[in-house]
Amino acid sequence: MSETTGTIAPPDAAVAVHTRGLTKRYGEHLAVDAVDLTVRRGEMYGFLGPNGAGKTTTLRMIVGLIRPTGGTATVAGRPAGAPAANRGVGALVEGPGFYPYLNGRDNLRVLARYRGLGEAEVGRALERVGLAARAHDRFKTYSLGMKQRLGLAAALLGDPGLLILDEPTNGLDPAGVGEMRRLLTGLVAAGHTVLLSSHMLSEVQEMCDRVGVINKGRLVAESTVGELLGAGRLRVRADPMATALAVSRRLAGDDTVTVTDGVLHLRIDPRRAAEVTRALVAADVEVHEISPIERSLEEVFFEMTANAEAVR
Amino acid sequence: MTALAASTRAEFLRLRRWPAVWAMAGAWLLLNVTFGYVFPYLSYRNGGGFANDGVDARRLLASVLPGEVPVAVVRGMPMFGGAILFALGALAAGSGYGWGTWKTAFTQGLRRRAVLGGTFAGLAGCVIALVLGTFAVDLGVAMALAAAEGQGLRGPAPIDLALALGGGFLVLILWATAGLAVGTLTRNPALAVALGLVWTLAVENLLRAVSSLLDWLRPVTDVLPGTAAGSTVAALGAEPVSRGGSPGVVDNLGGGPATALTFAYIVVFVIITGVLARRDVT
Repeated sequence: MSETTGTIAPPDAAVAVHTRGLTKRYGEHLAVDAVDLTVRRGEMYGFLGPNGAGKTTTLRMIVGLIRPTGGTATVAGRPAGAPAANRGVGALVEGPGFYPYLNGRDNLRVLARYRGLGEAEVGRALERVGLAARAHDRFKTYSLGMKQRLGLAAALLGDPGLLILDEPTNGLDPAGVGEMRRLLTGLVAAGHTVLLSSHMLSEVQEMCDRVGVINKGRLVAESTVGELLGAGRLRVRADPMATALAVSRRLAGDDTVTVTDGVLHLRIDPRRAAEVTRALVAADVEVHEISPIERSLEEVFFEMTANAEAVR
Repeated sequence: MTALAASTRAEFLRLRRWPAVWAMAGAWLLLNVTFGYVFPYLSYRNGGGFANDGVDARRLLASVLPGEVPVAVVRGMPMFGGAILFALGALAAGSGYGWGTWKTAFTQGLRRRAVLGGTFAGLAGCVIALVLGTFAVDLGVAMALAAAEGQGLRGPAPIDLALALGGGFLVLILWATAGLAVGTLTRNPALAVALGLVWTLAVENLLRAVSSLLDWLRPVTDVLPGTAAGSTVAALGAEPVSRGGSPGVVDNLGGGPATALTFAYIVVFVIITGVLARRDVT
C-alpha cells in the first residue's frame, strides 16, 4: 500500500484531508508540484484544474493508489493510503472500475465483502443513487451515466465520512446532475465531507464551500468561493477621464486600473464602490456610472489558468 | 473478520460468477476426457491402431479403467492444464488493471497484500474444485467404460488417489500463480495469456529438446517450472513423453525434488506478485 514520505503532522480533528508539499514526478515531468491542500471536515471542496493539471494524480495519492515522490498527505490525520485511512473514505477516481460480467448488485457485493459489510448496505447504496431497478443488469450493459451512479453507490458503501469524487457528473444527463447535486448537498448537510473534482464550474460554484485551483501541477489558489469571486472589479464611467484615471490609480494602485472604450476598470473589491465615488467627487469628477462587474467561477478559473488547455 | 478472510470472500464471489472461469474449466475437462479416455478407448476398439498406433490393446484398455483414474487426472496437467491455469491466473490479475477493478479494490481499506491474498485463495479454491471435478468426471467415465467392457469396477488405492489429487493441485496452482505474476507484471491480460501459452506449450518443450543436444543447457531445463510440474506428474505414475506418454510429462527429476521445486516456484511467484502489486496504479 502506498504511503507518503516525510513527517506527518499531528491530526487535526477539523481537517479531513491535508497535503503538504505533495509532489509526484514521472522522470522529467513534474505532475504535481508541492501541493499544500486542506479540506476541512464537513465541507464540500471543489478541486479544479485544466486537463493534465494534476487533479487526478493528486487524488490518487490521497487514496494511496500512487506513491508520492515527496511531501506528505493525511486523511483524518492518518497517512494517506493506509488501510485505516481508506476505511473512512469512499472514492470514485477517474471513472468507475467494475467487473463487466457482474451485475450492479454483485459488483457492490464484492466491494461490500472487502469492507466486511452486509447485504443491507448494498441495497441502501443502490437506492440512494436510484439504481435499484437496474441492479440485476450486467455492468457492461449500463450507460455511462448508470456506471457513474454505480461508482457513486460504491463510494457510499458503509457511509464513509469522506467522499473523494473525481468528475462524478461525467455522463449524467441534466436530471442526473440535479440528483447528484441534491445527494451531495444532503450528504454534506448530514456531516459528510466531499472532495469533488469537476469540470462543471457552475455546479462547483453553486455547491462547494471552498475551492482549490491547480494548474501545471501547482495549487494556484485555495479559498472560499466567495473570496475567489470577490476579487472582482468595478466599472466606472466618469468625466474628465484623465482626472478619474489619476484618482483611481492613486486609490487602487497603478497596476489595477485599465481603460477600455472610455470606461475605467478597477480591479478592487466591489464593496469599495462608495469610497471610490467619494474620492472621484472630491476631485470634481462627474461620476456617470459605477457598478460592480460580477464574475463567475468560470471567468476566475480561466483567468487563473490562462495558459492552460480547455477545461475538461 | 480478518482482512484476508474478507478479501477471500470477495474474490470467491467474483471468480465464481466469471464466465471465463467456467469456460476454462470446461475446456480442461473436455481435453482431459478427449485425450484421456475417448482417443485411447477408440484406439483400443480399433485394435490398438488410430491415435495410439502400435500400443498394446490391453494396455490401452487398462488406462481407461477406474484403477488408473489417479494417473488420468494428472497426466494432462503439466502442459494443457498448465496453459489453461496460467491463462486463468493471468486474466485474474491482468484484467483488473484494464477494468479498473484493482483501483476500486485497493481503496476499500485493505492492504494490497490482503487483497492479493484473497485472489490467491480464490484461485486455490478454483484449482481444488477443478481437481476434484476432474476426478469425479474421470471416475464416472472410467466406470462407464469398465461396465461397457465387462471389466471390474475396482477403484484406485486411496493413497494413490490422495497423492494424485495433491500433486494435481500443486501443478495447477504453480501455473495459476505464474499467470498471476505475469498478469501483474504486464497489467495486460492478452499479453500475459499470450506469453503464458507460448511458454507452456512451446518454449519449455523446445528448450528441453535442445538440451538433449547441448549438455550445458540441461541444468537449466531441469529447473524450469514445466520440468518441475512434469516430473511431479511422472512421479505419480504418468508415462513420460519420451516413452510415449502425454506431452509435458518428463522424468528429469525424482518425485521429491520435483515436488519441492514446484512448491518453491509457487512461493516465488506469490512473492513476485506481491512485490509487483506495490507499484503505482495509474
